[in-house]
Order: sequence, then C-alpha cells, then structure tokens
Amino acid sequence: MVEAVAVSTTNSRRGERQRLEDAIFRGATRFFAIVVLLLLAAIMVSLFIGAMPAFHAFGFAFLWDQSWNPVKDLFGGAPAIYGTLITSVIAMLIGVPVALGVAIFLTELCPPLLRRPIGVLIELLAAIPSIIYGIWGLFILAPFLQETVQPFLHDTLGNIPLFGVLFSGPPLGLGVLTAGFILAVMVLPFIAAVTRDVFLTVPAILRESAYGVGCTTSEVVRDIVLPYTRVGIVGGVMLGLGRALGETMAVTFVIGNAHKISLSLLAPGTTISATLANEFTEAVGGLYTSALIELGFILFVITFLVLAAAKLLLLRLDQRAAK
Amino acid sequence: MSRYNRRRATNVIVLTLSLAATGLGLLVLFLILGSLLANGVPALRIDLFTQATPAPGNQGGLANAIYGSVVMTAVATLIGTPIGILSGTYLAEYGRGTALAPAVRFINDILLSAPSIVIGLFIYQVMVVRMGHFSAWAGSIALAILVIPVVVRTSEDMLNLVPAGLREAAFALGTPQWKVVVMVTYRAAIQGMMTGVMLAVARIAGETAPLLFTALNNQFASTDMDAPMANLPVVIFQFAMSPYADWQRLAWGGALLITFTILVLNIFARMLASWSGATK
Repeated sequence: MVEAVAVSTTNSRRGERQRLEDAIFRGATRFFAIVVLLLLAAIMVSLFIGAMPAFHAFGFAFLWDQSWNPVKDLFGGAPAIYGTLITSVIAMLIGVPVALGVAIFLTELCPPLLRRPIGVLIELLAAIPSIIYGIWGLFILAPFLQETVQPFLHDTLGNIPLFGVLFSGPPLGLGVLTAGFILAVMVLPFIAAVTRDVFLTVPAILRESAYGVGCTTSEVVRDIVLPYTRVGIVGGVMLGLGRALGETMAVTFVIGNAHKISLSLLAPGTTISATLANEFTEAVGGLYTSALIELGFILFVITFLVLAAAKLLLLRLDQRAAK
Repeated sequence: MSRYNRRRATNVIVLTLSLAATGLGLLVLFLILGSLLANGVPALRIDLFTQATPAPGNQGGLANAIYGSVVMTAVATLIGTPIGILSGTYLAEYGRGTALAPAVRFINDILLSAPSIVIGLFIYQVMVVRMGHFSAWAGSIALAILVIPVVVRTSEDMLNLVPAGLREAAFALGTPQWKVVVMVTYRAAIQGMMTGVMLAVARIAGETAPLLFTALNNQFASTDMDAPMANLPVVIFQFAMSPYADWQRLAWGGALLITFTILVLNIFARMLASWSGATK
C-alpha cells in the first residue's frame, strides 16, 4: 500500500515534469512562429519610420515628381517607380509566353524519361544568383543586343508612327529593354514551375475525354487545360511579377542608371532597387537617405500586394483541389 | 485546306513553339554557364585562393572575399536554421486548428519572395544605424533573415510527410509530445530538412543586395565580425563594374566559383531529397 502510493507520486511527479517540458517545447516553437510574423511587420515599420522625413518634405508628390537632385535636396520617385514597372511589364510580356511554352512542353510533349532532367535544368535557371545574370547581361547580352536586335527593332518597329517612339534613339545596349530581357529569363523558371504543377492537377479523365472525341494536343491545351488551370496560372504569373519587381543586381548592371523617364525602351533608365544599390551607401544627408528608404518602402508595399494576391489565388486553388 | 488539315497544322505549330520555348530556356542556361567557363577558367589560378583583393593593376586574388562569404554564410545559416526549424515544427505539429498557423504560413511565403534589397535596408535601419558602422554581423543577420523562410517552408513540408502511424506508435508508449517530435519525427524527416538547409545556403551564397548596406566591403583581409568584411558577391559587383581589365578578370573568376558552388549544392540537395523518398 505504502509502496503503491510512493510509485504513484513519482509517476505524477514525472508526469508533471513531462507536461512542463512539453509546454516549454511547444512555447518555443510557437515563439519562433510568431517571430516570423513579426519580422514582416518590423520590416514595414522600420522602413516607414526611415521614410518619414522624406514623406514630410515631399508628400504624395514624391510618387509623380521626376526631379532627382541630391545637391539641392530635391527628390521625386517617379523615374525609379516607372522603371520598376516598365521593366517588369517587358519581363512578363516575354517571360510568360515562354514559360507557358515550357510548361506545355513538359506536360504534353516531352517523353517521360526526359521530363525530370529538363524540368530540373529549367529550375536551375532560378538557382543562378542575380549577380551572375548581371555580369552576363553586361558583358555578353548587352553588346549582342546592341549589335543585332536593337538596330533591327529601331529600323523596323521604330518607323511605325506613334508606336515607333518606343524604339527610337541610338541602340546603346544598356537600357530598359535589356533589363526587361534579363528579368524575363530570371522569372521564367518560377512561372514555368508553378504552371507545370497546376497543369498536372487537371484530372486525367477530362484530358482523356477530350482526346477521345478527337481533339488535337493543342486543342486539349487550349480548351481543357488552360481554362481548368486559369487561376493557378495567374497566381504563378503574379509570383513571377513579384520577383521581377524587386530584382536588384541583374538590373543594376544593365539598366544604365539614368534618373529620367524616356519613352524609348532603348534608352537607359533606373529602377527602385537599382537606385538603392547604386546610391544608398554614397548618400550623404538625412533627406537623401530618407528619400531612398521611402523608395524601398514603396517597393516593399508593391511587391507585398502582388505576392499576397498571388498567394491568395494559389490558396483558392489548393482548397478546390482538397474538395 | 480542309478543316482536318488546318487543325493538324495548328497543332504542329503550337507544339513546335512550346519546343522552341523550352529550347530557348535551355540555350540561355548553357550560354550563361558557357560564358562563365570561357571567362572564368583563365582566372582560376592559385593566387585567386591565396591572395587578397588587389589595387587596380596589381597582382591579387579573392582570398579575403572567399573567407568573408564562407564565414557570413555559415553564421547566417547557424542563426537562421534553428529559428526556421522550430517555426516549421510549430506549423506542422502544433498548428492544426489554430489561427496563428495559416497567418504565419502566408507571411512566410511572402518573405520567401520579398525583395532581398529591402531586407538590407531593414538591417541597415535597425543595426548599422544603431551601431554606427557597417559590420559582418549585420551582413550575417541580413542573410539569416533570407534563410528563415526557406527552412520554415521545407521543414513544414518534410515533417508533414512523416507517416502519422510513426507518431501514434510513440504516443502509445506514453512518450511526451516533445520527445516524439525530437526523437521520432525529426529523425524520420532529417534528410528532407537537410535539403532545405542546403537550398537556403545555395540561396544566400550568391546574394549581393542585402550585403551592400550591411557588410559593405573591405579591401583588406579582416576576420573582425564587428567591422566591414569583404565578400564574393559585392567584390564581383565592384570589380565587374570597374574599367580595369584585371579586376574584371577576377570578377569572372569569382562568378565561376560562386555559380558552380551553388549549382553543386542545388543538385546535391535534389539528390538527397529523392533518396529520402520525397519527390520535388
């Protein structure tokens, strides 16, 4: 009897200790999960605080003001914001069709044996660091575009009234178009991977029914696969767009760094991230630094919105798949 | 042309275009790797690994930059991995039914794709300004912030792959939950989680933007974590943009070194993942 009581108290003491250890471990994992959450908030808040002096000085006009004069302490974000948007648009115009082509090839056309190796090679494009794209763009791609593609665009599309202004001016090699090209290559693997994955979610029975009534492969893709996966594709494209908007080093190498908005795509420009990379450590004076931080804040808000939209679309798709 | 022939022709055109798109992607990959080899291999001399970055026109190598990259990547991985694994554990083991887990998952996926230069700005604001100078610590912390989301994501995925039966068997023996997680689930998922860490290392090894405003650069060999430290990506940036041919040659050498390290890490991580049974 006495022994039994002794055993049960050691047992309950051990149980207590185990409950305590459990609570500590659980608390630790929960704590670090909250750290991840707070990290994003901390980034937002610290950039916002850093941007306050510039925001007070220039107000909302910062968004459309084109001046960038460190000597007179006059700053406007328009050229950088415009450059960020236009290079990303070019990247999407080139990158999305190619990525869709890759996804169609991998899911519909590729022999099963080659599917994995080719998929991995395309994904390796995403593993190459940004700076390598930059050095390659500067020394290899830019001279190539300058000698071949850009004179061709200038001589053909450049002659079309109104539209031609996009391709006017001397072919410099470095500029908005080259940056867009590089970004297109960089977002290709991200969009292709998501698109391929959503293509594979199409139920085999839909695909086979369409083939059964005599559809060609291209008709199956157009009428079955694309409509079924529309939401997922848009999600993948937004994910790629989020990457393109914030891409720094590759763009910094090839954009030419000019704080002005030119209609011509062959002209040099700048982006938010390129401006930061080039000028931040050299910025003297509180207002200059603050204007740069405000640019960073704007970039973070834009990419946050794009990435959140992409994530929500893809989540909706997961919920549909779970049903 | 009959309707049938037209449909067949469309089909051939679409499929040819998709083949061409894939060819284009692979072509760019091989062009990049090819030009890295062509320009980088001549720079791969023993000096590259033994001598510090030179002044223009002088002999030198990248030893201090290689050292800086290795140290900062290692420190960042050591800081970021435990945080990432623990929050991944929360999502996989404790998160079910909570409101916190989906929120963390959502924010983590955004951090995964957030512009890395903004992370640099953040660390500049909270560390460099406070401390009054650039330092290797600041660079390491900035890189650690990039490690966390990658590790959170892969740890959660890999822990979810562990069969429930394994956990239930351990619970049935009266094992407390933390012991089940640490001694059963972690052991079952260790290979997959290592894959995540390797992918994170591959990601930060070439990151330049977050180091520009944190670790900065250093012309001289320095082992002081509290001072600016040279690192391969920033040195490549500075040397490639310079007008000096010998600096540009060193930049290509560094670029080759970094890319092949990262590609090897990536391929090895994928092999590890497919051995451990987790495809993707």
